[in-house]
Amino acid sequence: METVKVIIDRKELEVPKGTTILEAAKSIGIRIPTLCHMKLEDLNYENNPGSCRICVVEVEGRRNLAPACKTECTEGLVVKTYTSRVMNARRTVMELILSNHPFECLTCSKNGYCELQTIAHDLGIREVRYTGEQSVFPIDRSPSIVRNMNKCIMCRRCETMCNEIQTVGALTAVHRGFEAAVSTAFEKDMTGSTCSYCGQCVSICPVNALSGRNNQQEVLNALADPDKIVIVQTAPAVRAALGRDFGFEPGTLVTGKMVSALRYLGFDYVFDTDFAADLTIMEEGTELLHRLSDYLKGDKEVKIPLMTSCCPGWVSFVEQHYPDLSSHLSTAKSPQQMFGAIAKNYFAENLGVARDKIVVVSVMPCLAKKYEASRPEFAVDGNPDVDISIYTRELARLIRYANINFEELPDSDFDRPLGESTGAAIIFGTTGGVIEAACRTAYELYTGKRLEQIDIEELRGLEGIRSATIDFNGLPLKIGIAHGLGNARKLIEEVRNGTSPYHAIEIMACPGGCIGGGGQPFHKGNMKVLRKRASALYQADRDKTIRRSHENPYIIQLYKEYLGEPCGALSHKLLHTHYFDRKEIVGILDETKNEE
Amino acid sequence: MNAVKTTADLTRIRESLCTSSDLFDTNENSGQVEIKVSMATCGIAAGAREVNTYLSEIIEREQIKASIIRTGCMGYCYAEPTIEVKIPGEEPIVFGHVNKSKIDDIVFCYIRKGILPDDITWMKTGTAKEEDLSSKQLHIALRNCGHIDPESIDEYIKVDGYQALGKVVTEMSPDEAIKIIMDSGLRGRGGGGFPTGLKWQITRKSQADQKYVVCNADEGDPGAFMDRSILEGDPHSIIEAMTINGYCTGASKGLVYIRAEYPLAIERLKIAMQQAREYGLLGENIFGTDFSFDIEIRYGAGAFVCGEETALIHSMEGKRGEATVKPPFPSESGFKGYPTNVNNVETYANIPLIIRKGAEWFSRIGTAKSKGTKVFALAGKVNKVGLVEVPMGTTLREVIFDIGGGIKDGKKFKAVQTGGPSGGCLTEKHLDLPIDYDNLLAAGSMMGSGGMIVMDEDDCMVAMAQFYLDFSVEESCGKCSPCRIGNKRLHEILQKITSGNGEEEDLEKLRNLAGVIKDTALCGLGQTSPNPVLSTMDNFYDEYIAHVNDKLCPAHQCRRLTQYFIDPEKCTGCTLCARACSVDAIKGERKAPHVIDPTLCVRCGACIEKCKFDAVYVH
Repeated sequence: METVKVIIDRKELEVPKGTTILEAAKSIGIRIPTLCHMKLEDLNYENNPGSCRICVVEVEGRRNLAPACKTECTEGLVVKTYTSRVMNARRTVMELILSNHPFECLTCSKNGYCELQTIAHDLGIREVRYTGEQSVFPIDRSPSIVRNMNKCIMCRRCETMCNEIQTVGALTAVHRGFEAAVSTAFEKDMTGSTCSYCGQCVSICPVNALSGRNNQQEVLNALADPDKIVIVQTAPAVRAALGRDFGFEPGTLVTGKMVSALRYLGFDYVFDTDFAADLTIMEEGTELLHRLSDYLKGDKEVKIPLMTSCCPGWVSFVEQHYPDLSSHLSTAKSPQQMFGAIAKNYFAENLGVARDKIVVVSVMPCLAKKYEASRPEFAVDGNPDVDISIYTRELARLIRYANINFEELPDSDFDRPLGESTGAAIIFGTTGGVIEAACRTAYELYTGKRLEQIDIEELRGLEGIRSATIDFNGLPLKIGIAHGLGNARKLIEEVRNGTSPYHAIEIMACPGGCIGGGGQPFHKGNMKVLRKRASALYQADRDKTIRRSHENPYIIQLYKEYLGEPCGALSHKLLHTHYFDRKEIVGILDETKNEE
Repeated sequence: MNAVKTTADLTRIRESLCTSSDLFDTNENSGQVEIKVSMATCGIAAGAREVNTYLSEIIEREQIKASIIRTGCMGYCYAEPTIEVKIPGEEPIVFGHVNKSKIDDIVFCYIRKGILPDDITWMKTGTAKEEDLSSKQLHIALRNCGHIDPESIDEYIKVDGYQALGKVVTEMSPDEAIKIIMDSGLRGRGGGGFPTGLKWQITRKSQADQKYVVCNADEGDPGAFMDRSILEGDPHSIIEAMTINGYCTGASKGLVYIRAEYPLAIERLKIAMQQAREYGLLGENIFGTDFSFDIEIRYGAGAFVCGEETALIHSMEGKRGEATVKPPFPSESGFKGYPTNVNNVETYANIPLIIRKGAEWFSRIGTAKSKGTKVFALAGKVNKVGLVEVPMGTTLREVIFDIGGGIKDGKKFKAVQTGGPSGGCLTEKHLDLPIDYDNLLAAGSMMGSGGMIVMDEDDCMVAMAQFYLDFSVEESCGKCSPCRIGNKRLHEILQKITSGNGEEEDLEKLRNLAGVIKDTALCGLGQTSPNPVLSTMDNFYDEYIAHVNDKLCPAHQCRRLTQYFIDPEKCTGCTLCARACSVDAIKGERKAPHVIDPTLCVRCGACIEKCKFDAVYVH
C-alpha cells in the first residue's frame, strides 16, 4: 500500500494514500469537528458533501481553508487544525448556522442528543453575532415522521440515506440560496411522497429537522382513563436498545427493567410482541410450506419466492414501487398487528369486555409501525387493533416523565398469556432473525424431524445481502436476506426479472433490521452499537429454554382453544391481510422515467 | 451536397464560393453594394428585423444592386440597430440608430450619391479588424461577429472556417495540436484563467472508454453577453473548436450547455450543427479519417452557479445544479463519471485561429502571463456601451475612455467593476493597470468572464456592493453554509447600513464575515462573492464611514439617507412639483416657495424631474 507522510499540528505521521485529513487527524487523537459528514462503514453509507465547512483546516500553501473531510493527504502536506484563522472560521460558520436555527433547545426533543448543540458547545459559542432573517417552513406531519425544516442545517445526510442507501427517493434539496431546503418532490407532504416511513432519515439527522411523530400524550391519556384496559406490547429489538438512553452500555438487555417500568407507568397488562412473533412464524411458516408444496407439485401460479411482511416500511415500499409483486408478500400480518388482533378479539373475549374498552399500545423500534397501526384495514368499525404505537425513544421519555429511576428498577416478567415467547421470536429484532425462526419451525413441520443445529449461523451477519441454502431433508430451501431498502430493491428486481433463485426472502427496511430502527436511541454513526444489539438478541435466544415458535405453550393453547389451525378460516380473518397498489403516488416520477 | 471528405474538398468549396459570388473586394466592377444588418438579440430588440425588412423592400423598389447579409453583433450596442454599408472601392461605414427615415437617407444620399448626411450617426469601421494595430481593439474571438451570416456555413468556410479542423485531424497528432494550444499560452476565458492546453492534456491523459468535451455557454454575470454574441454571430467557430478539442482529448461527444433564455443563440447553433453534419464536418469519419465527433445541446435554466463546471455537469446529468468539491476535477471524472473537458465559449472561439496562425503568433499578443485578447461587455456609465475585444495588457483607461468614449454626461469616473458579482471594483488609481489575469487578481478583482461595469460619481459604492451581493444571495445554490447563510447575513448588514441603521461594529462584522466566506466557501461562486464588499471597503472605506457614522450617502443614492429640499431662492411657486408628488409631501401656495415634508417624502425624485428651475436638490 502506497503511503504518504504528512504533518498535522506539528506531528509527523504516515498514512495510506487517499486518507482524508479528517481520518489522518483522528488516527493521532485529533478530533476535528464535523457536522455534515457521516460514515457508517457496515452500511456502506457515506455522506460527504463537504458542505457544512465546520471541519476546515489550514493547509500550508493553499489559498483558502480546506475541508478536512474532503481533502486527501498528499506527500508532505502540512496541516494545522487549530490556528486562530481556523478557529475564527469555524466559529463564524457555526454562528451562521445557528443564526438560521431556532433557539428552542430547551423545548426541543433532541435536546441533549443534538450534534449541532454539542459542536456549538465544543466551539465555545456564547453569542451569535450574526443574526437576521430566519427560514420559515410549514411543519409537515405524517403519521410516522415530522419534518421541521426550520431546524434543518442542510447537511443532506437524510438525502443520501433516502436516495442512495434506501433508494426510496422521497427527499431531495429544493430551491436555492437561503431558501434551499430538503423537501419532497413538488414539495408535497410526506404522505403524498414516496416515503416508506422507514425513519432512517430521522436516525441520522444531526438536529431535530426530522423526528418521529410523538404520541406520548395519547398513551398518558389512555393510562389516566379509568374505563380503559390498557395493554402494552414490546417489540424484541426494544429491550436491546432502551438501556442506551439510561446510560447502559450498547446492547445491554434491559427486558426485566422495561417490564417493571411499564407496570409502574400503569399498564394493566404488560405483554410481549414476541408472543405475536411466534404466532407470525406459525402463520407465515405454514404459508411458506403451502406455497412450497404447490410449487413442488408444479403449480405455475404460486408465488415463489415468498417475501416476509413483518416490516411495514418494506410493505409500503413494495406497494409504492413494486405493486405488481405484492402477491409475493406473505399475507400474514406483522407481529404488531397480529398482537392487536389477538388482544382485541381472543383476549377481550377471555376478559369478557368489548374491544373498544381495550387500548393496545405498542412499543416499537420503528417509526413505520405508527403508520402501520393507522392503516384502515387494521381497524374494526373504526376501532384500530393497535391504538397507539410509540417507539423506543418515546418510551424512554415516558419513563423519565413518570419519575422512574430506571437504572435502579428490579427485573420483572411479562404477563401471561400474551407475554410468553420463545427464543425464535426474540431474534426477529435483527436481520435474518425472522427467516431463521421460520426455518426452525418450517423444517420441523415439513420434515417431521428435530432440527439439531438450531443456531443457523449462515443466516446471520450484517452483510447487506446474504443467502443460504438449508437442507430440508433433501429439499434445498434457498433463502435470501436483505436489510436496508436499497439492498431489498436488488432482490426484488431479481424477482421481477424472473432471475431470483430463492424460495423465501426476508427483508427488513432498516439497516441491521429492527435493532437499527428509526425509533431506536441514536447510534450517532457508531456501528458497534448495532452489532452489540444484535449479539444481545442472539444471547437472549440462547438463554431461552424454548427456542422454537411452535413449541410456545400459549401458542399451542391459542390454536387449540380459539384459532383452530394455522392458516385456517379464523386465522385468515384475524391474522392475514391484503395489499394495495400505491403506485399512483410515484406515478409522476415514473412518467418522467419513460421519457428518457 | 457539399460533402467534405478531405481538406482538398474544403479548399475546393472555399474557392468555388469566392469565385461564384461577391468578389466585390477584388472586383470593383461588379458594382455590388454590400449591406450588413446586425441581427443579434440586442439588435433585434432595438428593431433590426424591421430595418432588415424595410431595407429589402427599398432595395428591390429602387432596383439597387446590393446584397443584404444578416450578421451577428457588430459590437456597437449603444447605437443599435446598426447596419454596415460597403460601397465598392470605399471603406465600410457603420450607421447607428437606424430607422426607416435614416434608411431612406442612407440609400438616397450615401448609396446613390456617396454623400454622408450629417444627421446620421455613423462611424468608419475597419477599426476592429484583425491586427489593425492603430486601433485599441483586436478581434480574435469576435473575428467573424458582425462580418458573416451566422446561419450560413459557406460564409464561415469562405473566411477560412474549418481549415483548422482539417489541418488538425489530417496532419497532426492530438499531442501536436495540444502542444500548439499550450505554447500559445491561452488561458480559460470563463474567468478562472486555467491554462487551456494543460486542461486538454489532463483530459487526454485520463484513461476511459468514453470522454466528453463541454462548451460552457451558461453566461450568467449580470450585464455580460460576450458568449451570447459569439454564439449568435459565429456559431461555427465553436463547433469547429469543440471538434478539435474532441480530437485532441479523445472524446467523441460534445455537449453545449447553454441557458434556455438564449433562444437565438440556440437556434443559430442548431442550424450550424445541422449544416456541419450535412457537410460531414460533424459526425462519422470527419475529413475521411477515423475520427468521429458529434455535439448535443443541453439547456440550463439560468442559474449562475451552473457556470461553475462541477455544477454545470450535475445540471447536465439531470441533477441539482450544485458544485462539488474538487478534486476530482472534471478532466478526470466529469459528466457521468467520465473525463470531461469543459471550456468556455470565448476560449473555444480562439482555438481555430491559434491552430491556423500558430502558437507563436498568439503568444506575441498580450502580457507575459496572459496571452491573446479578452472580450469585454462594456456597460454602465460609459458613452459607448458595447462589446469590445482588446489585447491583454490594454489598460482600463484605454478601454473605458478611448474605446468606451469616456463617462456619460461629462461626469467623473469613480470605479469599474470587472468580473461581475465575483469581481471587485477598481478605482482611479487602477486606471493605468494593464488588464491581465494576475494584475486584476492582485488589485482585488478578477478577470471573470468579461463583464465590465463603469460607475461614476453618482454611484454609491456601498449600494453597489449590496447590489452585487443581492445577486450572489439569489444565485447561491444553498449547498455550503458560508455561502447560503453568510452571504445572506452580509447582505443584511449592507442593507442595514444603506438604510441608515448601520453601527460601527457592523463594519468589523462585515470584514470578518466577508473574509470567512472567502476562506471557507465550497466553490468559486461562494469564495468570490464577498469580493465586491472587500474591494469597496478597501477602496471606499470613507463611504462606509459616512453611511454609518454621519448617516450620509455621499452619492445621494441611498434613499433612506437622503433628504429632498426646495431652494426658496429658486422656487417660483409654479406648483408643478406639488402636482407630481404622489404622496402629497410638497406644500405651498401658488407663486410662493414650496416646502417638502421629509416625514412624508418617499424620495422618489419625481419633483426633481418636474422642476424647471433646478430648485429641488438632494442632500
